[in-house]
Amino acid sequence: MRIVSTATLIFIFWFVLSGHTSNLLIILGIASTGLTVYLSRRMNIIDAESYPFHLSFSLFRYNLYLFKEILIANIDVIKRILSPSVAISPQVTELPASQHSDLSKVIYANSITLTPGTVTLELSGGKLKVHALSHEGIEDLEQGNMAKQVPEDKDHIS
Amino acid sequence: MLVDILSWVCLMLGSLLGIIGGIGLHRFPDFYTRLHAAGTTDTLCAALFLLGLGLQIGVALASLKLLLIFLFIYLTSPTASHSLANAAMIGGLKPVLGK
Repeated sequence: MRIVSTATLIFIFWFVLSGHTSNLLIILGIASTGLTVYLSRRMNIIDAESYPFHLSFSLFRYNLYLFKEILIANIDVIKRILSPSVAISPQVTELPASQHSDLSKVIYANSITLTPGTVTLELSGGKLKVHALSHEGIEDLEQGNMAKQVPEDKDHIS
Repeated sequence: MLVDILSWVCLMLGSLLGIIGGIGLHRFPDFYTRLHAAGTTDTLCAALFLLGLGLQIGVALASLKLLLIFLFIYLTSPTASHSLANAAMIGGLKPVLGK
């Protein structure tokens, strides 16, 4: 199932980039898709972590939530940049990464980096070291709304 | 016509955000805080630009390519920011801390 969906995605990717519709080129596209999937299988790089197919739906929903958070955080950072006194008080804090699988921890750490105003400095074990532009940024993370939204990879608990 | 206006609003807002990001880059005190200022241009600025350009093109293969560009920025920019910040921390650069 994962292989079939990888192949489909790679073929769609090929088609979007090339835009060719003649028979010969489509056959060549299918051939190169086949070769790519064959090589990736041989290299063992299509697995639950590199392509979390089983989380597709919850990841999609999570990304909608993340877009909203990014929008809010952007407006906050812009306000701080433009305020006459540069209204920042940078913080470095350790936060727990309460997710159970490596994949979810990485998604959480990346989401923190992606929202302006907070950057993950380090992820080791169950701890995140986060640099934030303000107290509020840290407090928002400590409340754990984002941590709760991260899709949990229940089949691959580490 | 309406689409044109919308697309221009997106493009102008995007450029404004780029400029604000640049201002932040100069106003903030140290490396880590500057990373946050650059973060606004990474995310919302790029997204607005690509949305504006996509509205100019309409439904075509090229707008799907713009969507792909957006996806790649979305996936790679946090990795780049994180590795920069992590390298700075391991290199022993102390962040300026507020109260």
